[in-house]
Amino acid sequence: MGTERIVNKRRKFFQTSAALLGGTLLYSIIKPFEAIAQTEEEPTIDDKNLPLWGMGVDIESCIGCGKCAEACKIENKVPEEPFYFRTWVEQYTVKNDGEVKIESPNGGIGGLKQSVPDEDIFKSFMVPKLCNHCTKAPCVQACPVGATFISPDGVVLVDETYCIGCSYCIQACPYGARFMNPVTKVADKCTFCYHRITKGLEPACVEVCPTNARVFGDLRDKKGDLVKFLQDNPTQVLKPHLNTHSRVFYNGLSSEVK
Amino acid sequence: MEEHYQHLYEALSQVDGYIYPNEIDLHWGLMIVLYPYITGLVAGAFILASLERVFNIKALKPTYGIALLTALSFLFVATLPLVSHLQHPLRSYEIFMTPNPTSAMAIFGFVYLWYLMVVLLLEIWFDYRLDFVIWSKTSTGFKKLFYKVITLGINDTDEKSAKLDDKLGYFITVLGIPSAFLLHGYVGFIFGSIKANPWWSTVLMPVIFLFSAMVSGIALVMVIYMVVSWARKVKIDMLCLDTIAKYLFYILIIDFTLESLDQIHRLYEAEESFDIIKVLVGGKLNITLIYMQVLFGTIIPLSVIGFFQIYKPTEKIRKISYFFVGILVLIGIFFMRWNVVIGGQLFSKSLSGFTTFNAVYSGLEGYLMMAVWLILPLLILTFLLWLMPPWKKVSSHE
Repeated sequence: MGTERIVNKRRKFFQTSAALLGGTLLYSIIKPFEAIAQTEEEPTIDDKNLPLWGMGVDIESCIGCGKCAEACKIENKVPEEPFYFRTWVEQYTVKNDGEVKIESPNGGIGGLKQSVPDEDIFKSFMVPKLCNHCTKAPCVQACPVGATFISPDGVVLVDETYCIGCSYCIQACPYGARFMNPVTKVADKCTFCYHRITKGLEPACVEVCPTNARVFGDLRDKKGDLVKFLQDNPTQVLKPHLNTHSRVFYNGLSSEVK
Repeated sequence: MEEHYQHLYEALSQVDGYIYPNEIDLHWGLMIVLYPYITGLVAGAFILASLERVFNIKALKPTYGIALLTALSFLFVATLPLVSHLQHPLRSYEIFMTPNPTSAMAIFGFVYLWYLMVVLLLEIWFDYRLDFVIWSKTSTGFKKLFYKVITLGINDTDEKSAKLDDKLGYFITVLGIPSAFLLHGYVGFIFGSIKANPWWSTVLMPVIFLFSAMVSGIALVMVIYMVVSWARKVKIDMLCLDTIAKYLFYILIIDFTLESLDQIHRLYEAEESFDIIKVLVGGKLNITLIYMQVLFGTIIPLSVIGFFQIYKPTEKIRKISYFFVGILVLIGIFFMRWNVVIGGQLFSKSLSGFTTFNAVYSGLEGYLMMAVWLILPLLILTFLLWLMPPWKKVSSHE
């Protein structure tokens, strides 16, 4: 048996293996682009003709009634148990001795009550929390299959039919805004009530807020409520050092808030 | 579902300080502790095999075949805890079909496949091909059929052919070393790239994962080599064992240095997250980190093998010591994974409180299942050692 024959046999074996492997790889690379190849150019978040949704939260106006968290659960069929929230309200109490107490029993649903005696309180305030709909969203970056994405109008959404339930996005979210839905078994989060805002309605939390502590709107609408809120108030985002380019802006954000 | 809620209510009652309400449940449990542990064993065992083949450390020759088969057995199982952990395991193939290029996790499937198909299987095949041909003529029944099929119809037995196998096998091993580095460094990156989590987010994470992988893989092969020798009733090659222990010692020093550097860096910089991490290390991770990982998994093994570098007691004492050192290192690295995966989820991203981890015994995420995933590769290895015993090989690389 000559070396040449052996080499040829090996070569053939490698060629077949390489073709199979290459074919699979190529298919997996091409498949995600199928949709793009077959349709017209898809709108992106940079499309100036589309709205760019965001929210303003006025900490000074929030009274901690928890109606927003409750309305969200009802509107979005979020499980009632106190482990799953698309939005919640935190109560911060800075005591005279400097200690900071943070509470959010059942996400504030039913109303937050002060547990620190009045004479010990230096200051106290409420902070509504929700998905920050980051422009540079760590969850979108982390999702291994692309099931979580940013809609062209700037809302971070989850494709429920596609999410594999690996929880990597939950680990990647710095704000604790995501949870694994025990019913659908996919990652769940605030959608700004996408089913409502696309019909011209406001998110449920905004609609029920008795003190207008939440301002929802289009960041591109220069005459809109949200832009006005940002013009009139010195606002800040949560965890700015993480550079997520959050689109939920807080007025009156104190340094105790994490 | 009710049981799950019950479990969460129990955890809720044990919350310490403030955590975001969605953080009560730990989303990554025992299965994700196993994932880096098992992949680490694969990478480490492979690197030990490469030391012999590529770096020509002949003393390690008795462990070459065992190391490769160990790597393969564990690699077969590596993805199972991952897939079983998914909420939608049947959709797991999407990671191959539409991988998100920005996701650190998305590439794992490809790295895994590359390692399994191109590196390990090919290397083992080239190493055994000639033996398969010879064994297919001398065996009967299932073994004969297996050997025949696995030769893939390439039945040349002459010297030139064996040389070519050797050459290609060597090439694959050379390719395998960066691949093993990639496999486990990459697993480290999955954690190290999460900026939301200060316990994970360190540039050292991939390097630490890599060296801890080498430590665990070497310890595993050392223990398996001893067990296999005892089972076969053959004398353990002490030069080989001493050499493995020596490498274990060196790499354990590097691993410990890197991990210490990481902790010292945190301590010295004392960033925003430092206060909560200090409480975490002193409290909830005290036993698993300070005792299991550092004391039992690192300091004691380092002291014992370090002592043997200066003074060599009798073979019997060394053998017994190496065996226990190997086990201790394996336990230590398991808890290293535990401390990363579980530890990183025990404190809130609000940096203001802690949740608890109460693992269950039954179910897909329980201790029993964990035992299954740890025992299964050993069963596969036993089967492989029976099917293709390295000590019965006729061919041998140069």
